[in-house]
Amino acid sequence: MQEFSLVDVYPVKALDYATAGDASATIKRKLKQLGVDSTILRRIAVASYEVELNLIIHSAGGTLTLKMNPTEIQLISSDVGPGIPDIQKALQEGYSTASEEARNLGFGAGMGLPNMKRNADEFSIQSEMGKGTLIQMRFHLS
Amino acid sequence: MKITEIMRILDARVLCGEDWLDQEVSTACGSDLMSDVLAFVKEKTVLITGLTNIHVIRTAEMLDIHCIVFARGKVPGEDVLEEARELGIVVLTTRHTTYTTCGLLYQAGIRGNSDCAPQASDIARGE
Repeated sequence: MQEFSLVDVYPVKALDYATAGDASATIKRKLKQLGVDSTILRRIAVASYEVELNLIIHSAGGTLTLKMNPTEIQLISSDVGPGIPDIQKALQEGYSTASEEARNLGFGAGMGLPNMKRNADEFSIQSEMGKGTLIQMRFHLS
Repeated sequence: MKITEIMRILDARVLCGEDWLDQEVSTACGSDLMSDVLAFVKEKTVLITGLTNIHVIRTAEMLDIHCIVFARGKVPGEDVLEEARELGIVVLTTRHTTYTTCGLLYQAGIRGNSDCAPQASDIARGE
């Protein structure tokens, strides 16, 4: 695999709804400046926003990492808990454990993980209760 | 259809983005659930919503939505409009309800994204 010329790490705080989307907006603007194709860019932006929202709504805090080399872009979400009890359920469209607060803001329709999976070329999720969740998404550039 | 035409049909008032009213819109989405908007929207879409928080603008930014219509005469806060202005998003408000707003645009020939069934794995890829 080629080395990554770009590696950015964005911390995301739990329940910080006011800044939700800031990291994704920065990522989108940066990749646009780097000349990433607009169709791929939109898929990355949607997946990034969904995963950032998930960190805010569901996790105890974590990071969103952007990596890029000439052939691919990776988005990696890593948090410190609480973990997902049933990943298969969480991957179903419409299944959500989001709070009332998140729902009032227009989220929590249970589309997050399925939407990430749909937009990424490769998607993987690992979760351990009490430890945390790791989501990796790869977007092919060529 | 140009945004100016949408304004005429909806008897809408422009809240920001006066300089970009001649942009084209080809499809529409009416929803207060940004999760659904994120899952189904394609390009050149006008978003009709009753939700007026900053996340509507953020969602529009991620999806390259250039026009938002707030229904039922809703007007978002200045911070929301300021963000939209910076991003070059046209924001309109109409006295009509979300249902009527969608109906009027549909009647005028604007259709929704027809291939937005949840099962379609390729929606967001523009395929």
